[in-house]
Amino acid sequence: MAVAQPVDHMPLAHEKELPFIRRYIFSTDHKVIGRQFLFSSLFFFFFGGLIAMLIRTQLAWPWREVPVLGRILYGASGNILSPEQYPALVTMHGTIMIFFFIIPVLSGAFGNFLIPLMIGARDMAFPRLNMLSYWVMVPAFFIMLAGFWVEGGTAAAGWTSYAPLSALPEMLPGSGTGQNLWILSLILVGSASIMGAINYITTIVIMRAPGMHMFRLPMTVWSLLITAILVLMGTPVLTSALLLLLFDRTIGTSFFLPAGGGNPILWQHLFWFYSHPAVYIMILPAMGIASDVISCFARKPLFGYKPMVFSIIGIAGLGFIVWGHHMFISGMNPVLGITFMTSTMMVALPSAVKTFNWLATLWGGQIQLTAPMLNALAFVSTFVIGGLSGLFAAATPVDIFLHDTYWIVGHIHYVLFGGSLFGVFAAVQYWYPKMFGRMMSDRWGRIHFILTFVCFNLVFFPMFILGAYGMPRRIADYSGYTYLAPLQGINQFMTLAAYLLALAQVILLVNFFVSLARGKKAAENPWQANTLEWSTSSPPPRENFHALPVVYRGAYEYSSPAVAEDWLPQDRALEQAERQPAVEPAPAD
Amino acid sequence: MEATPARHAEQHPNPTWQGIPTPKLAVWLFLASEVMFFTGLIVPYLSLRYSTPNWPVAGELLSVPLVAFNTFLLICSSVTMVLAHDAAENSRLRRAGSLLAATALLGAAFVGVQAYEWAELMREGITVSTHLFGNTFYTLTGFHGTHVAIGVIWVLRTALKALRGGYDHDHLGIELAGLYWHFVDLVWIILFTLIYLI
Repeated sequence: MAVAQPVDHMPLAHEKELPFIRRYIFSTDHKVIGRQFLFSSLFFFFFGGLIAMLIRTQLAWPWREVPVLGRILYGASGNILSPEQYPALVTMHGTIMIFFFIIPVLSGAFGNFLIPLMIGARDMAFPRLNMLSYWVMVPAFFIMLAGFWVEGGTAAAGWTSYAPLSALPEMLPGSGTGQNLWILSLILVGSASIMGAINYITTIVIMRAPGMHMFRLPMTVWSLLITAILVLMGTPVLTSALLLLLFDRTIGTSFFLPAGGGNPILWQHLFWFYSHPAVYIMILPAMGIASDVISCFARKPLFGYKPMVFSIIGIAGLGFIVWGHHMFISGMNPVLGITFMTSTMMVALPSAVKTFNWLATLWGGQIQLTAPMLNALAFVSTFVIGGLSGLFAAATPVDIFLHDTYWIVGHIHYVLFGGSLFGVFAAVQYWYPKMFGRMMSDRWGRIHFILTFVCFNLVFFPMFILGAYGMPRRIADYSGYTYLAPLQGINQFMTLAAYLLALAQVILLVNFFVSLARGKKAAENPWQANTLEWSTSSPPPRENFHALPVVYRGAYEYSSPAVAEDWLPQDRALEQAERQPAVEPAPAD
Repeated sequence: MEATPARHAEQHPNPTWQGIPTPKLAVWLFLASEVMFFTGLIVPYLSLRYSTPNWPVAGELLSVPLVAFNTFLLICSSVTMVLAHDAAENSRLRRAGSLLAATALLGAAFVGVQAYEWAELMREGITVSTHLFGNTFYTLTGFHGTHVAIGVIWVLRTALKALRGGYDHDHLGIELAGLYWHFVDLVWIILFTLIYLI
């Protein structure tokens, strides 16, 4: 009768006796693996950000001596960036931020940490596969980094690595060993992602706690589930394409080489068949996170839960039939172009459903402007700008002008920095107490937010203006073109804002690490949220729950009339009121 | 009262959904990703083949009868796999083990014949770098052959375990190996049709 779960019912309670290396390094605990993903991806975030600073420096003051870093990085060319290094920097910035930061931090760190906790499971369905997925990422990190030390440097064909630039070793200095390492590294990252996806889907479908119906899952879990399906169905195609590219480079095939009868456009098709869904792999989890955070800090149920679920499914489904919009100027048949344009514009529909539902959730709520909430609100607003700018690029005639200009760079950064990254900031600060058992400083979180939000817009909004001027992306020095030379002032302004933006991230870093040691001890449920992870201790024990929870309702019963408090956890049993919901207010307290 | 479902779940270490246990769902998901992997190889093949004039006629370069026989071997191995699963369901584990071993043997024979075919082709001077035909032929058959080779190891391990009586509680392991094996067989039927027949 009683909820009695003595220790012998906790299958993993003996974990505490494991040696250090099994508990913290080769751990099968999804929470440890999630933290491992968090720390390594945050490291790559700062690494990729540093590269961005080098790029911005070059764009503001082309070919100027770089004081300190220049001696370390460009010693060979007299502390000045060399023309060959610039595309390498652009390539590494894109590759690292996408494959080593955003995807691992959303799916790897938060997917791992949150899925079992939010569905009420003891661990993932396959804990050892989970561990393997992280430890396949690690060699990928090192293989990618090794590129900096091989002859010719890292890959330099862009994160898209278009053939034949990437397919012929003699095309660029970085097209030698560096490009091979890039390919191998991405194959490993992809394999790790697929392992993770299989694990996440199986766990969410099968391991849910009693009463946790699919339509009681928090949006974060829904978004991670749909993301995992995208990873599962998209990534293998990238793996095939990468292998074919590797064969072109090493064993003399010519899949993507016109000289041997191959077709470079084929690479673009295969690459974007994965990489367009990958854009949603990078944004959907942030959407789920924002939904949960906004509902919690508006103290209101999420508006339109089921439409939110179906719109995520809709975005994911459309994601597989829009890849051609990256290729409007590749010479494709105009009829095909119109097809891709139409399907791309349809993505705006589910996206708009989501946006209006977020706004409706906020409407009339008792909004608490905590640091996670501010970041979630920034997610919504910048996602709207990013999404709307995407519509311009989706229209073929407009895109023919905008293609490969800074407009596109602005668009991707509004979606990935403004969207995904603000989602990550929200998630880090929202779940930090659960992950580490302490609170992050909310005041410093808000300062970090304001600086980041302002500087973000100062850096990336001008990119739309540059793009409209026709400034091409991936150009190391635009000052030789008369129509671009006047843009140096605006570029210098953006660079200064970018430096500030980078400095603001130091606040996050310091806040993160200082709070690890000095933060206020976190209670079980510091945000008074409803989802299951808040009904166990902070941080949760090895087996997550002292007794497996039973779920009675959805995740968004905030300000329910059935209880005196303004939150109603998913696993709280109500005597009578729950069975005749909200028609007549239950006898209060 | 409320705790009953929770305790019920605790007592079942292998949870299921609609009767599907976690490993089975995982293998199906893995196969879904494999479908996309082979799609990512077959689509380039078709696209290059039909945009290249004078694509060689398969029958003139390749030995269709030999490979038809090889295809027959692989289909037979799927039959022995089905029989093995059936035997395991009827708790006849020794029979299941022998049939699994036969499956692995047929698979190994398939890989052997394919290796012979490759060696013959290379002797005629057709290698992976000759013409798009060589590029696609070796890539497609090579990745498929690798999958069969991995399958042989997997089925062999399953066979050994069955012969040692390892599946007396449930024979899920045999079913999972079977799922993979049938998948690899199915891919070959598609590849055989696309490369050798049409």
